[in-house]
Amino acid sequence: MIEWTTFLLLLSAATPILFAALGETIAERAGVLNLGVEGMMITGALAGFAAAHATGSPMAGFVAGAVAGAALSLIFGGLTQYLLTNQVATGLALTMFGLGLTAMFGKPYEGVKAPSMAGGPLGINWVIWLGLVLVPVTWLILNRTRPGLILRGVGENHDAAHALGYKVRGTRMAAIAIGGALAGVGGAYVSIATVLQWTEGMTAGAGWIALAIVVFAGWSPWGVLAGAWLFGGVTVLQLRLQAAGVAVPVQLLSMAPYLATIIVLVIISARHKYAGGGGTAPGSLGRSFHALR
Amino acid sequence: MCGHRNRLTYEKDNGDGVTTSELFRADGLAKSYPGVRANDNVSFSVAPGEIHALLGENGAGKSTLVKMIYGLVRPDQGRMMLGGQLHAPADPRAARASGVGMVFQHFSLFDALTVAENIALGMDSPPPRADLSRRITEVSAAYGLPLNPARRIASLSAGERQRVEIVRCLLSNPRLLIMDEPTSVLTPQEAEILFATLRQLAAQGTSILYISHKLDEIRTHCDCATILRQGRVVGTVSPAEHSARELAAMMVGAEMRLVDRSGRQAGEVVLTVAGLTSAAGLEGTALKNVGFQVRAGEILGIGGVAGNGQEELIAALSGETTGRPGTVVMDGRDLSSQGPEARRRAGLLAAPEDRLGHAAVPDMSLTENAILTGATRQGLQKNGILDHRAARSFAERIIAAFDVRTPGPGTAAGALSGGNLQKFVIGREILQEPRALVVNQPTWGVDAGAAAAIRQALLDLAGRGAAVVVISQDLDELLELSDRFAALNNGVLSPPVPTEGLTLEQVGLMLGGAHGMEVAHVAA
Repeated sequence: MIEWTTFLLLLSAATPILFAALGETIAERAGVLNLGVEGMMITGALAGFAAAHATGSPMAGFVAGAVAGAALSLIFGGLTQYLLTNQVATGLALTMFGLGLTAMFGKPYEGVKAPSMAGGPLGINWVIWLGLVLVPVTWLILNRTRPGLILRGVGENHDAAHALGYKVRGTRMAAIAIGGALAGVGGAYVSIATVLQWTEGMTAGAGWIALAIVVFAGWSPWGVLAGAWLFGGVTVLQLRLQAAGVAVPVQLLSMAPYLATIIVLVIISARHKYAGGGGTAPGSLGRSFHALR
Repeated sequence: MCGHRNRLTYEKDNGDGVTTSELFRADGLAKSYPGVRANDNVSFSVAPGEIHALLGENGAGKSTLVKMIYGLVRPDQGRMMLGGQLHAPADPRAARASGVGMVFQHFSLFDALTVAENIALGMDSPPPRADLSRRITEVSAAYGLPLNPARRIASLSAGERQRVEIVRCLLSNPRLLIMDEPTSVLTPQEAEILFATLRQLAAQGTSILYISHKLDEIRTHCDCATILRQGRVVGTVSPAEHSARELAAMMVGAEMRLVDRSGRQAGEVVLTVAGLTSAAGLEGTALKNVGFQVRAGEILGIGGVAGNGQEELIAALSGETTGRPGTVVMDGRDLSSQGPEARRRAGLLAAPEDRLGHAAVPDMSLTENAILTGATRQGLQKNGILDHRAARSFAERIIAAFDVRTPGPGTAAGALSGGNLQKFVIGREILQEPRALVVNQPTWGVDAGAAAAIRQALLDLAGRGAAVVVISQDLDELLELSDRFAALNNGVLSPPVPTEGLTLEQVGLMLGGAHGMEVAHVAA
């Protein structure tokens, strides 16, 4: 069945972005703009690949990817939340740091093959399943639980949250760490499950697409899922077109998923705004919090 | 001592045989910030069921004091007692647990969340969603403050937002409710509803600590007033037994100058606005065919609850938004399509209400802020190069003329207290001797003494032959200043009527009728 395998390819191509974008959604709903997603993904990709290679277990690889992504994000958290550095600049620095760090430590792993991953129910491996389950879970936690409410409150108006006695920094550090861990898993998926080897800069801008998806999806987990699938779908389509030898330059085809995702999301979010609804950015997004005591 | 109109006379035995008729007591509280002694040896007490006012100028230390009671700030010295027990809350959560509730001056609400979610955030162990919604409906109905739990805060009027804060406090059954300038954003009718609620609460034994600049309000509704000046208590009085002037004198430590509106004569028409229609700003209201004329030497007051087109109106007059030809005409010259700089050159100046972010740049010095609107008229630039010396002396003139309390013109605008910055922003425009001046909320958050100074300056400006438009939510202010009054409601401006003989009641009706609180909202 061609349709089913095509859908599987779509799911697989969407998974890294889904994880990273869900993580960034959580961080941004808490009011933190972390532009270091790409850096956290690539770090997760290398750490995950190395751990999977060393232990022979892909599972260990994903755990290592999550830990590495979270560790990197905590550097960002410490700088922005405690030393009150600018979030945009710090996030960009984090991406460059992650890319440089992995380029250096990744050398020994070039040309090495990843351990093979077992399939799961319906031929879908368990990481894809986990990503799909995380969508409703994230929505539920954000919208229907008290920690989620506090997180949204902190992101919406940090001064008011502080005045009510909530720990703005603590909440944000937790959100940053969760965002980093999810980005790390997303990166590990690229090296362990998609490409099956390590190459320098292999996340190829997936982190930036994840960032764009979060905004255009209106900070909603369901919107993030739609955006990730759109990206996955166009990726599979262009791979098929490449394989079929269509007379379009390969560079254009490779560009297509990024371009298509951005264009469609821009149109959707613009229509949303004009219809008067749609997600608006968390009120305190990207602003440093400094409490006078 | 204090009057006991509303107070319940019950005495509480606190266990060791000592009876007490006080719920809260502060003893020798002190708090310093770098360079400022915000509170110094502050002592006062509040009886159960008493409405107790805290009076003082901006920067007198009222906010710091209530923040200590609410656990947001820890005192350096002194102690507090609540219900006979030591009150030393580590954070607001602890303060709430011991029965202190607070309604903030700048609402501490989350715009994107619903009423129920906002209230849940203010409680330490909120009941499940459905129960909470039911309780919100019950409590809000019991106190005459109807609220829909599912509405988003962003869609509520100022009065409704305040209800959310109050209901949030009431759900935790506070013994002491702190209210920081609650009526500054309300219409007279909304304020009456609030006072009825407060009296009901007081009758049930809840003590209320009430901060306000409005002396008449305090005289009518508060049992007792503690007056602060420069961080110290200068007296505790029964406000009903003193005139507003006496109270103001105690606050500022000197006799207050009365606003003098004599010596003005209306001359020729200076500013004509006709058929002004504009798109709505963010969360604002579109203007619908607004028209009026202002003469030289005349002050036109425009009242109404913020969000009914006030921001759009000042933007259209200042030149921030331009309009169709013939909508804004000054001295026969059509300025409709001109931007702010061209209008300034022609003599039409404006002072918007949002002093941080709209009227001033917080991170820039007062000198630089003076340049922003004064460059052309004051000749602060030569051949495109800024003349810093002239700019500094212009800033210094503003500081001196309007008693702006700041270390100097090099201070960042954001470092000034709200009232001081407001004096600077208004002074900057007045000292440029405009032909016509439009101000929005000129005394918002400014203490009584400074407010009187700003109002006098506006009157003097009109006395020198300028046309002045004052947009404000403070109706007392408008009645005091303006020669004619018009109400802006849902983007529609009522025909201006002479202020002479107009009562607050009539004004309230002009603003949208007896339904008061719903006005802004239904309109939007």
